[in-house]
Amino acid sequence: MAYSVDLHIDAADAIPVFSDDDLASPDSCFDEELVHNSFANLISEQSALESEPSVMIEMEGLPGTGIENVGYIRSPPRAQCKLNDDCYDPATLKVLSFMPSRTIGRSRGAIISEYYNRTLRLRRQRARPALKDMSRSMRPSIRDVAALDENCEEELEKKKLLSELQQLTGSECTRMLRTMPLNLSVKRELRRMTSNCKDHSSVPLDENLSCWSHTKYTLIIAVRQCWYGFLSLLHAFHLRQIALKQISGRFGTGVLSYFIFLKMLLIFNAFHLLMNVFFIVIPQATHPPKIPERQFFGLELLTGIGYFTDTVLYYGYYTNNTWSILHGQYNKSAPKLPYNMPIAYIYTIGSSFFITCIILVHCLSKAFGESYRVGNTYGNLVTKVFCSWDFKMTQKQSVESNYENISTRLKESLTEHKFRATHSSITQWMENLSVHILGWILSLGSVVGCGAGIHYYSESMLKDYSQDIQQGIPEKLVESRLLTLPLIVSVINLVMPYIYNLIGLLEKYDFPQQQIYVSITRNLLLKLAILGPLCFHWMGNKLKETAEILCWETFVGQEIYRLLVVDFIFIILDTVFGEYVWRVICIKLLKRKRKPEFDIARNVLDLIFGQTLTWLGLVFVPLLPAIQMIKFLVIFYIKKLSLMKNCQPPHKLWQASHMMTIFISLLCFPSFLGATVVFSYTVWYIKPSSSCGPFRSLAAMSDSITNWVQKLDENGSKFFKYSWIFVRNPFIFFLASGFLLILIYFHCQVVDGQRKVIKLLNEQIANEGEDKKFLIDKLQDFNRKKFKFQNKRLTQREDEVYSDNY
Amino acid sequence: MAVFVTYCSLKYLAEYCLTKQYNNEADMVQKTVPANITEVKLYHRYHALAPEIVPRYFNDSADIKLPLELISEMPELKENPFHQKLLQVFSEDKQDNMSFNDFLNMFSILSDLTPQHLKAYYAFKVYDFNSDNFICQSDLEVMLGKLTGDEELSHEEVQLVCHKIMEEGDLDGDGKLSFADFEYMITRAPDFMSTFHIRI
Repeated sequence: MAYSVDLHIDAADAIPVFSDDDLASPDSCFDEELVHNSFANLISEQSALESEPSVMIEMEGLPGTGIENVGYIRSPPRAQCKLNDDCYDPATLKVLSFMPSRTIGRSRGAIISEYYNRTLRLRRQRARPALKDMSRSMRPSIRDVAALDENCEEELEKKKLLSELQQLTGSECTRMLRTMPLNLSVKRELRRMTSNCKDHSSVPLDENLSCWSHTKYTLIIAVRQCWYGFLSLLHAFHLRQIALKQISGRFGTGVLSYFIFLKMLLIFNAFHLLMNVFFIVIPQATHPPKIPERQFFGLELLTGIGYFTDTVLYYGYYTNNTWSILHGQYNKSAPKLPYNMPIAYIYTIGSSFFITCIILVHCLSKAFGESYRVGNTYGNLVTKVFCSWDFKMTQKQSVESNYENISTRLKESLTEHKFRATHSSITQWMENLSVHILGWILSLGSVVGCGAGIHYYSESMLKDYSQDIQQGIPEKLVESRLLTLPLIVSVINLVMPYIYNLIGLLEKYDFPQQQIYVSITRNLLLKLAILGPLCFHWMGNKLKETAEILCWETFVGQEIYRLLVVDFIFIILDTVFGEYVWRVICIKLLKRKRKPEFDIARNVLDLIFGQTLTWLGLVFVPLLPAIQMIKFLVIFYIKKLSLMKNCQPPHKLWQASHMMTIFISLLCFPSFLGATVVFSYTVWYIKPSSSCGPFRSLAAMSDSITNWVQKLDENGSKFFKYSWIFVRNPFIFFLASGFLLILIYFHCQVVDGQRKVIKLLNEQIANEGEDKKFLIDKLQDFNRKKFKFQNKRLTQREDEVYSDNY
Repeated sequence: MAVFVTYCSLKYLAEYCLTKQYNNEADMVQKTVPANITEVKLYHRYHALAPEIVPRYFNDSADIKLPLELISEMPELKENPFHQKLLQVFSEDKQDNMSFNDFLNMFSILSDLTPQHLKAYYAFKVYDFNSDNFICQSDLEVMLGKLTGDEELSHEEVQLVCHKIMEEGDLDGDGKLSFADFEYMITRAPDFMSTFHIRI
């Protein structure tokens, strides 16, 4: 798509006559075509003077791209200096300095005029422009003379821009202003002058304002100040901006993402808690059922049994009554609003799951969009050089370790090629493979072993529990015995990751990133192996057949509570011993200079484990998010304190953008999906216990909805009945998944097409570069020969004058 | 925990009252009102750099400029190897002075709300050390020197890195990275937005 140069020498009157001086300054270049035509004129002039046949052949072939031109190959070889400015003569340099690519941002007027052009184009073409109409460069076009002139009138350009901006709609106008690389004061001025860009920040206070407008503006300012004040007060209750700034200043963006993830989980839990409190806890708390009195011992905080059993904490407290709200004693004529507890229970938890699903999918797609790009063929080197310096780092020590880090990474990436080039021998490759296989066998074996162990232990624990109760052993002892299962789970969670780290050290990896992914996978499998048998144990029949457990949902809820609390205690212990004591040992005993590193992967997986437990237990313990929130808040501050005192920035290669994507996808897929599956299974298939809870007389929890819909149907409303049938029909799922598949296919095709376009555009840019080089060489030749010719003529004239005089 | 909460709320109450009083005075003195809490915070920082020269309350008509050396003492900028060029890029009058508008401009570009190509534009200007509107070989060498600090790479390693970057990034083959090349490269690097960011 090279611009076809019209080389035919038109009638002389169509082209302005160029003197020698005019060539140097492009002030006289009014039109791109004229430039090309005049250039052709000069070249033909030169060739007429010199009559070099090879040049003519080159010129004739120009309409095609320079590369395919055979004549180009026949041209005499010239010294191919790269486009270095030192090999050019002054005339060429002067022309080059006016090249559009070198004038970007040189003057404010140029920027303004460029944005005037863009606004004009935006206004005229609302639809996406066709590819052939797209301007070939993002640089200021040569059509606009003002862009080239440094002294172009800033005020004039501003007026033009203002007139264009005023014709845009308000939001487009603000968007355009936001994207301009101008000083803030200039932008503010422009905003003030364009009346349709209503910006909230600057309110014009004019003396000529009427009394009403003045009061109106004062009111607006006052309200705004109140709002900002409220926001800043709200900030005080949120995890502080300063804490995050301190962390990013010393440890960089990688460790920061752990804390941001923690904040995100906290917000999810707050949402669940609010929903549950308003729709489940408060209605039931205002109509308490009859419960036996119990005493409070301290052990309840750990075991969750005893005083807590018959409180709002657990499922067993809730009844299957229907009350009427707004039915007071004084106001008997008020309309009765029935509040059905079972329906409220199931719908609250179901809708909070649904909303969490939507939010998670949205976060995941946003994170994916940020970290994966179309046509991302750029290797690590460019990213390492231009994006590796984290501007947030402010501590001198971290900065120095950052220097070291970057230097090591650059050296590593340079030697990567050497490493790949030297093929390791077959025996070494076999050795590596066998070590890898051994490592995987060990880790998978340990995972299976832990899973089986937990499964058998939970069954034997149930047997022991029923035996203990039959034998009449004191309650407190029995309850403390129940703590052994959570203890075992937490010990496995603590110890196994260290073992996996050790195994990972023994193995050799091609890329350091591989090690991190392998370690995450192994830890994830371990967590799944723990949660799987536990879920099976809770949902299975053995629990329901144990006669001593009257209310199995409360029992399961208590188990989950115990798991969470013991997990919390172990995290604190791990922070204290793993980081503080280890640092003391490292520095004092082992005399190492380095403090321990903050292991991001392990900590994040612990958080995800805790959140999965919360989601699993949401049905059985409505107030579980509150416990989780307290746990997260305490963990935030303890981890931050420990981080500041005991740890150093991690050495491993973590790409911050990929990290958040990985964390969120781990949260979404194994964790949230598993919890949703368990929840659905509980609601549809499991028989609730008959003596407690809001579903006590039903065969399954979903029957409550069916009954309610039937009742509504009897009252004449067909809508709910049909919508219920609609939802229960499996055909709907097929339709929905078919639609999703079509959408995904469509997006894949779009991405494919974009990749092809990128390839074509890259080739075009390379061709344009070749054209540019060629033209600059020709210009330089021309100037050189002209200079020589001028000298010759000058010496000829001097000779003539000389000969005349003598 | 309660003590912490009370302390935070008191602090913010104080800041809020200060902002209110400050804006009232500003209203009486001149026309423009500072836009939001961030601008107020930044003005406090600007004032804290030179309390004798910079007036306590924002005054649009006063022409206060601070020398760049004073601004580079800020803790957020001091240890950054690129801070000198960064300050030069944002100082409008090219005489090593920064007015409050320049200061505000700089921190707003470095915040996380700026669109990507605007950041890319200013990043290009920062990394173009010889200010010729291209990132050439010498610019890359200076940049690598600044990135590695004391742990310098050897001469061949520097040449190799520069050569590879030119190979990957230079699309039109002129041996330098123009703004279009740089923008194309940098918008494909997902880490750029998070690293070219300073918190205030």
